[in-house]
Amino acid sequence: MDHPETATPLELSEQSRQRIADIIDRYPTGQSALMPCIWVIQEEIGWIPPAAIDHLVDTLGVTRARVHELLTFYTMFRTEKPAQYVLEVCQNISCHVLGAREIIAHLEKRLGIRIGEATPDGKFALHGVECLGACGHGPMLQLGKHFYEYLTPEKVDDLLENLRKDVVPRADTDRHLEEDA
Amino acid sequence: MSREECKILSARFGRPDGHRLKVYEAEGGYQALRQVLGERQPDEVIEAVKESGLRGRGGAGFPTGVKWGFVPKDADQVYFFVNADESEPGTFKDRYLMDYDPHQMIEGTIISSYAVRANLAFIYIRGEFGWLIDRVQKAVDEAYAAGYLGKDILGRGYDLDMIVHKGAGAYICGEETGLINSVTGTKGQPSIKPPFPAVSGFLGKPTIVNNVETVAAVPWIMIHGAEAYRAHGTEKSAGTKLWSVSGPVKNQGVFEVPLGIPFADFYRDHLGGMRDGEEFKACIVGGSSVPVLTADEMMGCNLDYESLQEAGTMLGSGGMIMIPKSADMVELIKVLMHFYWDESCGQCTPCREGTGWLHRLIGKLLKGEGVPDDLDLLDKVCEGMGGLTICPLADAAVMPMQSFLQRFRAEFEARIHETATPGSPSRWARGE
Ligand SMILES: Cc1cc2nc3c(=O)[nH]c(=O)nc-3n(C[C@H](O)[C@H](O)[C@H](O)COP(=O)(O)O)c2cc1C
Ligand code: SF4
Ligand code: FES
Repeated sequence: MDHPETATPLELSEQSRQRIADIIDRYPTGQSALMPCIWVIQEEIGWIPPAAIDHLVDTLGVTRARVHELLTFYTMFRTEKPAQYVLEVCQNISCHVLGAREIIAHLEKRLGIRIGEATPDGKFALHGVECLGACGHGPMLQLGKHFYEYLTPEKVDDLLENLRKDVVPRADTDRHLEEDA
Repeated sequence: MSREECKILSARFGRPDGHRLKVYEAEGGYQALRQVLGERQPDEVIEAVKESGLRGRGGAGFPTGVKWGFVPKDADQVYFFVNADESEPGTFKDRYLMDYDPHQMIEGTIISSYAVRANLAFIYIRGEFGWLIDRVQKAVDEAYAAGYLGKDILGRGYDLDMIVHKGAGAYICGEETGLINSVTGTKGQPSIKPPFPAVSGFLGKPTIVNNVETVAAVPWIMIHGAEAYRAHGTEKSAGTKLWSVSGPVKNQGVFEVPLGIPFADFYRDHLGGMRDGEEFKACIVGGSSVPVLTADEMMGCNLDYESLQEAGTMLGSGGMIMIPKSADMVELIKVLMHFYWDESCGQCTPCREGTGWLHRLIGKLLKGEGVPDDLDLLDKVCEGMGGLTICPLADAAVMPMQSFLQRFRAEFEARIHETATPGSPSRWARGE
């Protein structure tokens, strides 16, 4: 069947296609494989474009409505191309008590945007999020797979300065990479 | 007085190499699994866990062995889920367990799955723990390679597959039926109980959901015995508990202590008191969903299920949020009500609408637009929410709300009556 969305076909690496095949193999039903398969695509492309929805419908035999259901219910799934660096700052109670508000104010000032906005060049977005399980390490923010913790205005400045040069500094949760290398 | 050292779960916390299979094995890891698969029937494992007095560490504190016993013996297919969603504000202990010691959780999961005769186990980890998911996946791969997972484990005829499932940002998926529904590939909305998952869960089959900390205790109990486990803690609160402590105390972090120790000792010996210049005002002891206590009330409490309940709160997840005098209780409850409103899955009217009302009413107070009737209205909204919904999220919002109002009412009243509060002049007090 033809859908208007199918204009651009999905470009997906062989590795991701293999991961999807493995997931389908291991999960007991096509529908239960849906969430992990969405993740595979988002991890490669950064978001879920319309062509990815077609791909999921075709490969898993689920309805289009099912895919949309998950994409809209779960806050981490993205249906629009995100900024290059999405900074997600915890605004919940422990981080609040530890000074998250000052950190957010500082980020807003430095980036020249309000929380919930993105810079016009598409480089940074700033989001307020709920507790991320780093409460005793606050204030903190998430960037991609990692957490930057025990934030101070200086640490924020250092992070931004590096990101502007497209250097992603070592995160507080990063220690394993070198250990496991 | 000395700090009570007791490391059943946290022996490898802080160790850079604690997550490695080799290190875990060298320190006795996977010996429990060898013993169990070689010598004990599943029902014997369930009995031992019953005897140990182990209770669920995810929040509700239900006796673990009893829950396992609900799985019908003639079930053709059983599933085991580890709840690593860890989204309760103030809680970060499961992160430590998976970060520093993933194999302990994996071994505990294999034994637990064997006890309930499951052949497929899911570890459901919140999606925000991206780095941690990689770490746990690596450990699972190691366990497969070593023959602790897969077909015919250790040649003892037991098969178990283990899938690390990545969540995608929804607090409600921590609720056990929401979690199961999420893995089914739908919105993670809770289902009405009964039927309980132990009878009818994932794909309609018996399913046990346990918290990471709960399963992590199982290998130790298998090796040392129920008696040894009960030697820690109190009669009804057996064993040790991990406390995730956040707030301006001298030492934040995750601490393992026997259940039942006086909070005052824990505060002094482990937390080192508040940071200089801060004063201890209040504590939410079990994650954001339990009633807040004043510092004085806390100082008289012991840290176990029964004592905390007697004091008017709950042990919950053990996410201990330490609130300093400088904190504004109205602002804090706004943060929490925003959270519950944001995370309500929307199925039940009292929860969907009630959390919105609470959130908006507090917002009104903070904007200086509150009137005295608003405090009564807050109470009334709470009364219309508790106990009326599919899952306990509505109660989880009501408990902090009501306790904040009850114990710190003066701060709420000040928002209405004081025209002088900087930044929030009350229009009502000005006669507008
Ligand atoms: C709104 C809500 C959120 C919950 N979040 C979690 C969670 O993040 N982790 C967890 O282990 N249990 C959570 N629970 C409790 C689970 O429903 C369930 O009781 C628990 O996983 C059972 O495991 P246990 O017996 O080992 O504690 C939550 C419950 C509710 C109502
Ligand atoms: S109480 Fe709230 S979160 Fe729980 S099922 Fe009802 S609407 Fe959803
Ligand atoms: S409150 Fe910020 S990480 Fe938990």
